[in-house]
Amino acid sequence: MSEPILSVKDMKVWFDVRDDDAGGVFAKTKKLKAVDGVTFDLMPGETLGIVGESGCGKSTLARSIIRLVKATSGEAIWMGRDLLKLSDSDMLAVRKDIQMIFQDPLASLNPRMTCGEIIAEPLKTHFKGMRKAERREKVRAMLEKVGMDPTQINRYPHEFSGGQCQRIGIARALITNPKLIICDEPVSALDVSVQAQVVNLLMALQKELGISLLFIAHDLSVVKHISDRIMVLYFGNVVEIGTSQQVIEQPKHEYTQKLIASIPIPDPRKEMERRKVRRAERAAR
Amino acid sequence: MNILDVKNLSVKFDTPDGVVNAVNDVSFTLAEGKTLAIVGESGSGKSQSAFGILGLLPKNGHAAGSVKYLGKEILNLPEAEMNTYRANEIAMIFQDPMTSLNPYMRISKQLTEVLVHHKGMSKRDALAESIKMLDAVQIPDAASRVHMYPHEFSGGMRQRVMIAMSLLCGPKVLIADEPTTALDVTVQAEIMDLLIDLQEDFGMAIILITHDMGIVAGSCEDTLVMFGGNVMEYRPTLDLFDNPQHPYTKGLLEAVPRLDQDVQTLSTVSYDFLEGGKS
Amino acid sequence: MITSEVKGRSLWSDARRRFFQNKAAVAGLIALTTIVLISFIGPYFAVWSNEEIDWDVMGNAATLGMPSFESGHYFGTDDLGRDLYSRVLQGTRISLMVGVIGAGISVLVGTIYGTVAGYVGGRTDQVMMRIVDILMSIPFMFVIILLLVVFGRSIGMLFLGIGLLSWLDMSRIVRGQTLTLKNKEFVEAARATGVSTPTIIRRHIVPNLLGIVAIYATLLVPAMILTESFISFLGLGVQEPLTSWGALISEGAGTIRYDTEWQLIAPLIFFVITLFSFFFIGDGLRDALDPKDR
Repeated sequence: MSEPILSVKDMKVWFDVRDDDAGGVFAKTKKLKAVDGVTFDLMPGETLGIVGESGCGKSTLARSIIRLVKATSGEAIWMGRDLLKLSDSDMLAVRKDIQMIFQDPLASLNPRMTCGEIIAEPLKTHFKGMRKAERREKVRAMLEKVGMDPTQINRYPHEFSGGQCQRIGIARALITNPKLIICDEPVSALDVSVQAQVVNLLMALQKELGISLLFIAHDLSVVKHISDRIMVLYFGNVVEIGTSQQVIEQPKHEYTQKLIASIPIPDPRKEMERRKVRRAERAAR
Repeated sequence: MNILDVKNLSVKFDTPDGVVNAVNDVSFTLAEGKTLAIVGESGSGKSQSAFGILGLLPKNGHAAGSVKYLGKEILNLPEAEMNTYRANEIAMIFQDPMTSLNPYMRISKQLTEVLVHHKGMSKRDALAESIKMLDAVQIPDAASRVHMYPHEFSGGMRQRVMIAMSLLCGPKVLIADEPTTALDVTVQAEIMDLLIDLQEDFGMAIILITHDMGIVAGSCEDTLVMFGGNVMEYRPTLDLFDNPQHPYTKGLLEAVPRLDQDVQTLSTVSYDFLEGGKS
Repeated sequence: MITSEVKGRSLWSDARRRFFQNKAAVAGLIALTTIVLISFIGPYFAVWSNEEIDWDVMGNAATLGMPSFESGHYFGTDDLGRDLYSRVLQGTRISLMVGVIGAGISVLVGTIYGTVAGYVGGRTDQVMMRIVDILMSIPFMFVIILLLVVFGRSIGMLFLGIGLLSWLDMSRIVRGQTLTLKNKEFVEAARATGVSTPTIIRRHIVPNLLGIVAIYATLLVPAMILTESFISFLGLGVQEPLTSWGALISEGAGTIRYDTEWQLIAPLIFFVITLFSFFFIGDGLRDALDPKDR
C-alpha cells in the first residue's frame, strides 16, 4: 500500500462578496463558499477525475492547491509537506513538480511569444544555469514527444489550431518533469476529433512517465475514459468519490444520478427512451 | 410542400488572404414540424449556412444558390423585405444568451418590443402575451420575473427567455445555433426536452446546429453532417447512426467517448477521405 | 538531423501589413517623415540663419519681406527682418522635440507606474491611483506658467512642466489594460509555473500593452505640442533666439493686419500638417492593432 502523493484535507475557499439582498449602501459582505470542505487523496501514477457543473468549485479547488487562489483553511500535503504553509522560495521549488494545463488553448499562451519561448519558460524559471542551446534542444525534443513538428518552434500561437495549442500547453507542463499535472478542463474547448487525440496523448504520456493527473472536466464521458477514480463536486462539497466504474454504474448520490441521466448518448433509440422517461417524471411532479 | 428548400447553397468570404469558401454546395429540405440536425466541428460551415439563409452575413460574405421558404425564394432578399421573414417566419436563437440579450434592458421591454414592432400590438397586450410565453418555456413565477434584467437569470433561464423571444411571433421555422453548448449538462437536457415539447405544441420545424452527436441522436429526424464547408452525409438520423456511410461520420461517431462503453484508446477521425473525391 | 525551422509570423508583422494598407495612415507617415527630414536637412539650403537680421528689410516687412526666391527668404521674413524659413525649420525641430520627448517620458513613467499599480493591486494600487487622481486635479497650466514665471523661461523648465503632467493619463490607461491582462490564462499559467512578478510584468504584461501604448503615444505627441504651443503663444515658452511653432504663430497672428500673412501661414502649415499626420497615424495604428489580435 503506497503513500498518497497528494493529500487534501478539508480544503475551504471562501470569498467575500457583497450581500446585495440586505443593507443597501452599507451592505454587509457575505461569504461565497466556493470550496467548502473537500478531502481526497491522490496516489502516484493515478488519474483522479473531478467532475461537476459550473459553480461547483472544481477550478477553484485546483487553483487553491497550487496557491493561485488563497485558501481559507485546510491542508494540501504534498510529499509530506503542507503546500499552503510553505515559504515562497520553497513553493517555487515545488512548482517544478506540479504543473497545470488550462481550458482555453489559445488564451493560455502569450500571443507575443513563439511556441519555443513559451515551452522554454519553465526551464528559464527553474534551471537558470541552463544554456540557450541546451534549452532549445529540450524544447525540440518535447515538441516531438507531444506529437508536433519541431520545425514549428518559431511560430506564434495564433498560427496553430486549437489542438496544437493545447499540445504546446502540455509540452510546457511536461518540460520540468513534473510528478503531478493539474488539468483544468483541457479538452472542453476542443472539437470532438481533436479531443480524442489530446486525451489519448495525455493517457500515453501518463503511462510512459508515471505522472499523476488531476483531470477536471464537466464532461463525464471523457472523465470516465481517462480516470481511475472519479470525485463528484456539487456546490463546493464532495458528493461522491470512487472508482470510475463504481461511480458510473452504481452512483450513490442523487446528483450523480441526475448528472449521468442528463448526458446524451449517441444512440437514437436509447435517447428516445430516456426522453420518454424524463417526460413521464416531469408529468408526475 | 416543404417549408424550407435549400439548393446548392454556398457562402464565400473576401479576406485579405483571398476568398474563403465557408460553405460549398449544401442542399437540404425541411418539412413542416420536423427537425433537422446540422452537425459539424468548428470551421465546418454549419453556422455560416444558417447566417447565409437569413441574410446575416457580414459585409465581406456572399451567399449564392437557392433558398425557398414555402416556395418563395428568400436568398439575398433586400434587407427590408428579409426583415419581414426574420422573427416572424424564421427565428433564430444563438449559443450565448448573454450576448443576445441586451444587458441594459429589462426582459419585459425586450420581449414586448418584438411584438409591438412585428405585430403592432399595444404594450399591454404585448406584455400579457410575453408572460404567457414565459410560462410556456417553464419559467417559474413569470409575471414578476418578466420585469427583471438578464443578469438576474441563470444561464439556463436566459436561454429559455431567448426561446420565448423567438417564439413570440409564431415562426414556422426555428434555427437553433448551438443552443445548449454554453450550458451545464443537466440544464442542457432540460432545454432540449423543452425545445422538442414546444415543437410539438407549436408545430414548428427546427434546424438544430450542433457539434454534439448525443444531442442529435435524441432530437432530430434527419441529420446533415458537414466538414470543411461540404456535406459529408445527409440521411434520416436512425439510418445515419445505425449505418454511417461516410468515413468522416464513422470517425466522428467513434471518437465520442460513451458512458455506456469501455475503450482503451479513443478512436480518432482519420482524414484519409480528403485525398480522393470531395475537395 | 534538423530540417530548417519555419519562421513565425508574429502579430506585429500582421499589424504592420494592415497599417500599410491604410492609405490615410501611410499618407500621414509620409507627410510626417517629410517634415522631419525638411526640418533637419532644410537648414543646409538656407541662405540666412535664424538669428540674422536682414537690415534691408527691417521695418519694411510688409513691402520687402515677402517670400521670394531671389532674396533667399523662401518663406519671407518676420517683422525684425529675420528669415522665416530658418525660423520655421528651427521651430519645427523644437516643437517636435518637445512633443516626442514629452510623449517619451509619459510612456516610460506611465507604463512603469501603471503596470506596477495594476499588477500588484490591492492597497498599493489604491494608493498609487489616488496619487494620480490628486495630481490630475491640479490645474497644470497654472503650475507650469507659475514655474516658468518664477524660475525663468528655459527649455528645461518647459520639459519639467510637461513631463510632470504627461504621464498621468498614460498610467491610468496602462493600469486598466494591466488589470485585464492580469486575469488572462497565459498570465495564470506563468504564475503556476513560478515566474516571478517582475519577470511576469516584463515578459507577459508589457509586450501585450505596447499596442495600446503606441496608439496613445501618437495621440500624446500632438497634445504635448499643443500644450507647448499654447504656452509659447502666451509668450511664456522658449526663450529667444530659440523659437517654436506656438511662438511663431503668436507673432504671425499679431501682425496679420499689416498684410504679412506669410508670417502666420508658414508656421501654421507645418503645425497643422504635423498634427493631422499624427492623428492619421494614430487611427491607422488603432485599426491595425485590431482588438481581435491583442
